[in-house]
Amino acid sequence: MADERNFDLKIITPDRVFYEGAAEMIEFNTTEGEMGVYRNHVPLTVIISPGILTITEEGDTIREAALHAGFVEILQDKVTIMAEIIEWPNEIDLSRAEEAKRRAEERLASKTPETDVARAETALKRAVARINVLK
Amino acid sequence: MASMRSIKSRRNSIQSTQQITKAMKLVSTVKLQRAKTRAEQSKAYFTCMYETIRSMLAKTGEIQHPYVQGNDSKKKAVIVITSNRGLAGGYNSNIIKLITKTEMMQEDLKIYTIGKKGREGLSKYSFEMAEDYSDLIEDPTYVEAMQVANTVLKEYENGEVGEIYLAYTAFKNTVSHIPTMLKLLPVEAGDEKKQEKAAQAPMGFEQDESEVLALLIPKYVTSLIFGGMVEAVASENGARMQAMDSATSNAEEMIDKLSLQYNRARQGSITQELTEIIAGASAIS
Repeated sequence: MADERNFDLKIITPDRVFYEGAAEMIEFNTTEGEMGVYRNHVPLTVIISPGILTITEEGDTIREAALHAGFVEILQDKVTIMAEIIEWPNEIDLSRAEEAKRRAEERLASKTPETDVARAETALKRAVARINVLK
Repeated sequence: MASMRSIKSRRNSIQSTQQITKAMKLVSTVKLQRAKTRAEQSKAYFTCMYETIRSMLAKTGEIQHPYVQGNDSKKKAVIVITSNRGLAGGYNSNIIKLITKTEMMQEDLKIYTIGKKGREGLSKYSFEMAEDYSDLIEDPTYVEAMQVANTVLKEYENGEVGEIYLAYTAFKNTVSHIPTMLKLLPVEAGDEKKQEKAAQAPMGFEQDESEVLALLIPKYVTSLIFGGMVEAVASENGARMQAMDSATSNAEEMIDKLSLQYNRARQGSITQELTEIIAGASAIS
């Protein structure tokens, strides 16, 4: 039974409910590394780091989105992603992402003591996630 | 009795005021619809965030972190959300009243304002006025809420302020808006939920609990501020719509009354004229 393998997935952003439905598996990046979640996962709360979110729906349909910030609350049969920023591929502006990537790389290359390295790195990660999800 | 001319000019002026209030009512009805949809859409995030943090704190028990334990500063930061424009009935003054009538000492409050009306109203009192973010209320975005959150959180971390509150107008429905004071920091775990949630499986963390909370609580504060702004915009337009609606019907009433007076005056003057002519004619013959 496909139903028994699925769990409820809910992705909420400050502006809207981004996604709501049943999913078989999701994969995403956390601050501790990549992570995949099936049904009956141990209850866990993790912080997201920029990357691609892959949702495997029933019948092996795969949907991807660029997930940049937020956290995930995992319960046995329910996963809630509180995403601060998340985009479907068709919402991404490729040229803007490439421009952002170039700027972040520049900032990291010409480092001065005042450079906010953490911020530049996050910006770079975000841009890379955006570009990758479009590929 | 007032002259016909003065009644007429008075009636005309009320009529043009009524046209303005009517137009403002229509505009705010449209804006309300838009703001309401937005508020409803972001409500999911807002409530979910609130509940998650509360239940998380209840599940994990005592956590040693300044965000939960508070610091020694007596100062309290209050983020006050009002509107930039007036003519919204009691909307702005209710919030100001909420702040001035609190039991907290006025000298202890540090006021951050979003909305010009709140700033104007509160600067008459002896509050310490901090930054002003009035531009944000026109079209609140999450990124802008983040700026406000970061500023107050920095103050909190430096020990400048000991508590953070958010004063906004909660949007219950189109006709009911409630001025609300919400405590943002230090976070208090929801007591009534403690037992119920504790029965569930304990929540695990990849990282250290206090580390996770240190990352999550700024997000929590941001989302509450954002939610407060979005709801406040909806409430503002709702309040303005109501105020303008009653202004329009009051104007209608006044116009009716003045029309009656005008007609009486007109009749009176015709009768008088006739009496004068008849009296004149009979005097000649």
